[in-house]
Amino acid sequence: MFTIFGIPGPLLFGQLLLGLINGAFYAMLSLGLAVIFGLLNIINFAHGALFMMGAFVAWMLLNYAGIGYWWALLLAPLIVGAFGLVLERTLISRLYKLDHLYGLLLTFGLALVIEGLFRNEYGSSGMPYQIPSALQGATNLGFMFLPNYRGWVVVAALVVCLATWLLIEKTKLGAMLRAATENAPLVQAFGVNVPRMVTLTYAGGVALAALAGVLAAPIYSVNPNMGSSFINTVFAVVVIGGMGSIIGSVLTGFGLGVIEGLTKVFYPEASATVVFVVMAIVLLTRPAGLFGKAA
Amino acid sequence: MTRPMPTRRATLLGAATLPLAAGLAAPRARAAGKTIRIGVLNDMSGPYRDTTGQLSVACTRLAVAEFAASKGLTVDVLSADHQNKPDVGAGIARQWFDRDDVDMIMDVPTSSVALAVNSVCREKNKVFINSGAATTALTGKQCSPNTIHYTYDTWMLARSTGGNTVKSGGDTWYFVTADYVFGHELEEITARFVTEAKGKVLGHAIYPFPGTTDFSSFLLAAQAAGAKVLGLANAGTDTVNCVKQAHEFGLAPAMRVAALLMTIPDVHALGLATARGLLLTESFYWNLNDRTRAFTARAKPALGGRMANMIQAGCYAGTLHYLKAVADIGADAAKADGAAVVARMKAMPTDDDVFGPGKIRADGQLLVPSYLFEVKTPEQSKGEWDYYNLLATTAPGEAWQPVDPGCPLVKA
Repeated sequence: MFTIFGIPGPLLFGQLLLGLINGAFYAMLSLGLAVIFGLLNIINFAHGALFMMGAFVAWMLLNYAGIGYWWALLLAPLIVGAFGLVLERTLISRLYKLDHLYGLLLTFGLALVIEGLFRNEYGSSGMPYQIPSALQGATNLGFMFLPNYRGWVVVAALVVCLATWLLIEKTKLGAMLRAATENAPLVQAFGVNVPRMVTLTYAGGVALAALAGVLAAPIYSVNPNMGSSFINTVFAVVVIGGMGSIIGSVLTGFGLGVIEGLTKVFYPEASATVVFVVMAIVLLTRPAGLFGKAA
Repeated sequence: MTRPMPTRRATLLGAATLPLAAGLAAPRARAAGKTIRIGVLNDMSGPYRDTTGQLSVACTRLAVAEFAASKGLTVDVLSADHQNKPDVGAGIARQWFDRDDVDMIMDVPTSSVALAVNSVCREKNKVFINSGAATTALTGKQCSPNTIHYTYDTWMLARSTGGNTVKSGGDTWYFVTADYVFGHELEEITARFVTEAKGKVLGHAIYPFPGTTDFSSFLLAAQAAGAKVLGLANAGTDTVNCVKQAHEFGLAPAMRVAALLMTIPDVHALGLATARGLLLTESFYWNLNDRTRAFTARAKPALGGRMANMIQAGCYAGTLHYLKAVADIGADAAKADGAAVVARMKAMPTDDDVFGPGKIRADGQLLVPSYLFEVKTPEQSKGEWDYYNLLATTAPGEAWQPVDPGCPLVKA
C-alpha cells in the first residue's frame, strides 16, 4: 500500500471523492445564489431556508400524497419555485432600487420566519426520509465503498450545473438575461418584459436550492435548521468564486469540497474553518473573487 | 409629519398602561400566597425542543393534576423558552423568583444554562429539579442544597452504554466526537468504561461543532480502523446525521453504532429502517413495565400523539416528589425555604410510575436503574413507537457516579 504524506493512498482517494460529493451540494446551492445575485443584485439569505423547504416538500409529498423520490425531484423544485415567485413579486421586487443591505435584511428575516414556521409545525428533531430503492447499496471502487446514492448526487449536480451554465451563456434567453443585467431599460426598449424575466430568474434560483434540498433529504437530517448549517459555507463559496459568477461558483463549490475533505484527513478540527481561511486569502489577493470581474 | 403620530401615540398609551397592568398582576400574586408555582424552563424553539419542550410541561402538569388537589395544594405551572442561552435562562429564573413568586424550576436542558439557573436558585433559596441537563457538575463541584438531579447525566450514559456494550462483545471502539466540553467529557468517560471492561479504543475523530453536516470521512476512518463499535459522542442533529450516514455507508453489520446521548424522539425522527440496531441508554421507556405503561396511558391525552422520553417523564417524577415534600412540610414553609423542601425530598424515598422506587443521595443525585436499549428492526416493531429491545439493566447502586468529594454537601 502506498502512502502520501503518511496517509494511506486509498484513504486519501476516498476522502477526495467524499470532498467532491460535498462540493456538489456547495456548487448547486452557490449556483442558485450566484444566478440571483448576478441578475437581481439581491443577496438571497433565504437560500438555506428554501433548500430546507425543498427537502420538506419531498417529505410532505411522500407522507401526505404518497409521491416518491423521483417525482419529488421534479415537483419539489416547482412548488418551492412557485413560492419563490410569490416572494419575489410581493416583497423582494420592492427593494431593487434600494441598497443591497435592504435585500439582505429582508431575505434574512424571511429565512428566520420560514424556519420558525417549520419548527413550530414539525419540531426540531427532523423527519425520516429513505434513500430510493433503486439507489440503495454501495459499489466497491477498490479504494472505498461508494454508496450508490452519493454517486448519483455528484452526477445529478454536474448535469444541473452544466445545464444552468449552458442556459445562461449559450442560449438566446440567457443572452437577454445577461443584457438585462447590464442595461435593463435598453433591453426593455427592445420589447423584452424585464420584470417578468427577473421574477422567473429568482424562481429559477430558488428551484435550484429546492432541488439540492431534495437531493440532500436522504443523507442529511431533514429538519428546519438544515439550511442554516450549509448557508455560511455556501456564502463563502460565492464570495471566493466571485459574486455572481456562475462558472466561478460551480468550480469553487467543488474545489472547496475537496479542500475540506483533505482537511478532514490531516486535521479534522479545522475542517469547518478552512473554507473561511481560503476566503480571507482570496479576498486579500483578489478582492473580486477568483472568477469575478473587478467593479 | 402626520404619519408617525398614531404610532407614537400608541407607544405612549402602551407605556402608560404598562405599570397599570403590572400593578394589577402584583397584588394577585401576593394574594395567592399559598399557591405553589412551578416554572418549567427549557428549549421551546431550538434543537432540544422535541426532547424537552412542551412535553416536559405536559408531564409536569400531569403530576400536578394527579397529586395537588388530593392534598389540598393549589399549584400553578408556568413555562418559558431559555433559547439555550445561559444569560436568558438566568434572567428568566430571576424574574420568576423576584416578580412571579415561582418556587421551583423544572427541567432546564443545556448544561451551561442549568449551571446558571443552579446558582440563581441557590442565591434565592428556591428549588431546582434538573431533568434536562447532562452535566455531572450539578452533583459535583457545583452541587447545591437547593438542587436535585433527576433522570440522567454523562457518567450514567457512559457507564450503561460503554460498560454493557463491551460485555456483549463490542470490545473495540472508535469515537466520533463533537469538539466541545460535552463531547469530550462523554468520550473520555465512555472510553474509561470500555478500557475497564477490557475493551480497546482504536481511535477517534474530533469534528468542529457546530457546523459539521457531513460525517462520511469520519465514518470511513472508523471503518478503516476495524472497530466493532462506533461511539457517537454528540447529540441532536449531529447524532441523527451520523446514524443516517452510517446506514448509508453500510457500517452495519460489521459495526454497531452506540449513540451516547439519544432519546426516543430522535429514533422517531430517523425511522426504524435507519435506526435499527442502534444502542442507547435511557432511564425510562414507555413500554418497559406495567408502571411505565400505566404512566403513559395517563399522559397520552396530553402528549399530542408523541411519546415522552426519559427527560420529559422525569419532569413528572421530579414534580411528583417535590409536591410530596411540599405537602409534608406545608405550602407556607415550602415557599419560605427552598433548601428545606430539598432536604425533605432527600429524606423521603422516591416512588413513581416513571422510574419506580428510588432515593436521593446527599449530593442531590436521584438513584434509579439505567437501561441499555437496542433499537428494533421494522419487522420486530409491533406498532408506532414500539422501538426498543431491553439489552441490559444497571442497578441504581452502580448506575451513577460515586459521590464526588468535590461536592461540599457531602463533607458536611
